[in-house]
Amino acid sequence: MNKTPGYKGLLAVNLSARAVNRGLLWSPYLWLLLFFLAPFAIVIKISLSEIVLASPPYQPMFNWAEDATQWFNGTLENYLFVLRDRLYLYTFWNSIQTAAISTVLVLLLGYPMAYAIARAPADKQGLLLMLVIIPFWTSFLLRIYALTGLLNTHGVINNALLGLQLIDQPLQLMYTDFAIYIGIVYSYLPFMILPLYATLERLDLSLVDAASDLGAGPLRSFVDITLPLSLPGIIAGCMLVFIPAMGEFVIPSLLGGAESPMIGRVLYDEFFLNRDWPVSSAIAVVLLALLLLPIALLRHYQAKEAEQ
Amino acid sequence: MKPFIQFDDVSKHFGDFAAVDRVSLDIEEGEFFSILGGSGCGKTTLLRILAGFEELSSGRMLIDGEDMSGIPAHRRPVNMMFQSYALFPHMNVAKNIAYGLKQDGLEPADIDARVTRILDLVQMSEFAQRKPRQLSGGQQQRVALARALVKQPKVLLLDEPLAALDKKLRQNTQFELANIQQKTGITFVLVTHDQEEAMMLSSRIAVMNRGQFSQVGTPSEIYENPQNRFTADFIGSINLFEGNVAALAETMMTVSVPAIDECLTAPAIPDVNIGDPVCLAIRPEKIWISRQAPDTEGNTILTGEVVDQGYFGNLSVYRVRLPSGDMVQVSTQNRVRSTERAIQREDEVFIHWECTSAVVLKE
Repeated sequence: MNKTPGYKGLLAVNLSARAVNRGLLWSPYLWLLLFFLAPFAIVIKISLSEIVLASPPYQPMFNWAEDATQWFNGTLENYLFVLRDRLYLYTFWNSIQTAAISTVLVLLLGYPMAYAIARAPADKQGLLLMLVIIPFWTSFLLRIYALTGLLNTHGVINNALLGLQLIDQPLQLMYTDFAIYIGIVYSYLPFMILPLYATLERLDLSLVDAASDLGAGPLRSFVDITLPLSLPGIIAGCMLVFIPAMGEFVIPSLLGGAESPMIGRVLYDEFFLNRDWPVSSAIAVVLLALLLLPIALLRHYQAKEAEQ
Repeated sequence: MKPFIQFDDVSKHFGDFAAVDRVSLDIEEGEFFSILGGSGCGKTTLLRILAGFEELSSGRMLIDGEDMSGIPAHRRPVNMMFQSYALFPHMNVAKNIAYGLKQDGLEPADIDARVTRILDLVQMSEFAQRKPRQLSGGQQQRVALARALVKQPKVLLLDEPLAALDKKLRQNTQFELANIQQKTGITFVLVTHDQEEAMMLSSRIAVMNRGQFSQVGTPSEIYENPQNRFTADFIGSINLFEGNVAALAETMMTVSVPAIDECLTAPAIPDVNIGDPVCLAIRPEKIWISRQAPDTEGNTILTGEVVDQGYFGNLSVYRVRLPSGDMVQVSTQNRVRSTERAIQREDEVFIHWECTSAVVLKE
């Protein structure tokens, strides 16, 4: 009689397979823990400490020395400083405003483009999407530098306008809000187009036919059918533009002027020029808190959507 | 009386491909007209031309005497029920149905009254607040019908309206559809690939093949007197015998069929000459089958062997191989619960039919 080859062995194999499975399931959390939560905890810790002239330039939070008067050093002073100072508040407000206006501009420009791609013949869509993505093959920094060549006092735009005698003095394009908007709209357009294209391409065209069959003209059926059904794409695109635009550092530092500071730039200045790690950490935490708000709203909307 | 819908030499090309190829057709007011054909025959294109989703490549299309060229879909007096139903997923049932009325600028009270009435007609009143995805296929189908009907169009277009329903539900819905058409008196134009559906519902059927009508007529005309091979073959089952005209008399004609070495008689058709290649067609249910030699006069009797036998409850279908190797399909109704030994595979049988049951086809 043949003995079944050790069911204990089978069990062991089974167990290890399950362990591997579980490990795989946990790997994204591990990633998040290592590369987001742990650094973030460090940032929070620094934001709660006081600045000292030392390296690193902040007081340790815990003091285990025998002669210490207190073993815990923590303060909310940095947050109060950031939230009381009118310059910081103005910078936050200005960043929100700039990011919001840019997002609207990107949406207004990206929606028709995404719509056109989604309605193009199926064999052309891949090529058109490719054209949207190709600029990514060049470094982001290089592309922003290239914009200065266009916007300079003696840049392409001014030279062309002067040559056509439409203006008799060069326009101040660089170091303005206008330049920031140009930079953000140009850089973030693909992040709007791709999610919008994904929803518009899936949209059942017979719904649009049905609306037209029921008496709705092209504009009416767009407002009643296409627009509400592409809302998930609009929201996703706006998130993908608004969130990074809010903390944008390269574009405002290269193209923007001094009178409209953005939070990314202030953060950089505090950290590298002032070497005030605690205050810049506090700014980073406040920025994150501000960005959590729209994300929470999105989650809420998605949960409601799923409920229906 | 002037026809209500007129297709006048209508063509629709997609590139080099003629989806609809020089079609002319008149549909009367109040008709339940079906366009029947396989996939890719151009039937849906024809319906989309009526709705205004496709422009004509050539020809004219009139509804109620008015030329529809240049009139966009949203200004046409027709409504369509889509194959996928195309219910708006973000609106509830009541809003879906009210959508068309809102476009007409009706008073809200008036819209409500009409929505309530139509929901009652399709027995969906209790689902007014549901979203389409919360409904079953049959319920969605009713909402789609209600949404198209509520505007009281001159013509209702139905694109394979029952294709997504299971068989039992489909049969019930067919009766309801016929009922609603009679109640409302609206002209229905139905596109389908399901011949039973077309036969059951329609006052007239157009059988479509490769962008053209192979035959237009009442269901019984099309079934009993097919004018060509395509129609004969497409509608129901049929046995075809290739041959040549052997003799012509006033009411009857004879076709010699070399394959089975017989001359078969059938009612005469006009415009043929002796020797012309023709095809003699006979439906399976019009053939008698027996194990004993039948006692019949004047009709050709063929012998053969049963190679296949299918029992469908209400009827039995046999495939009989003639000595020539040709197959003949025969079906008999199981009218009595038989105690006698039924015809089985490998039985030698005799088959025959009334001469008047056969049809001669030229094309």
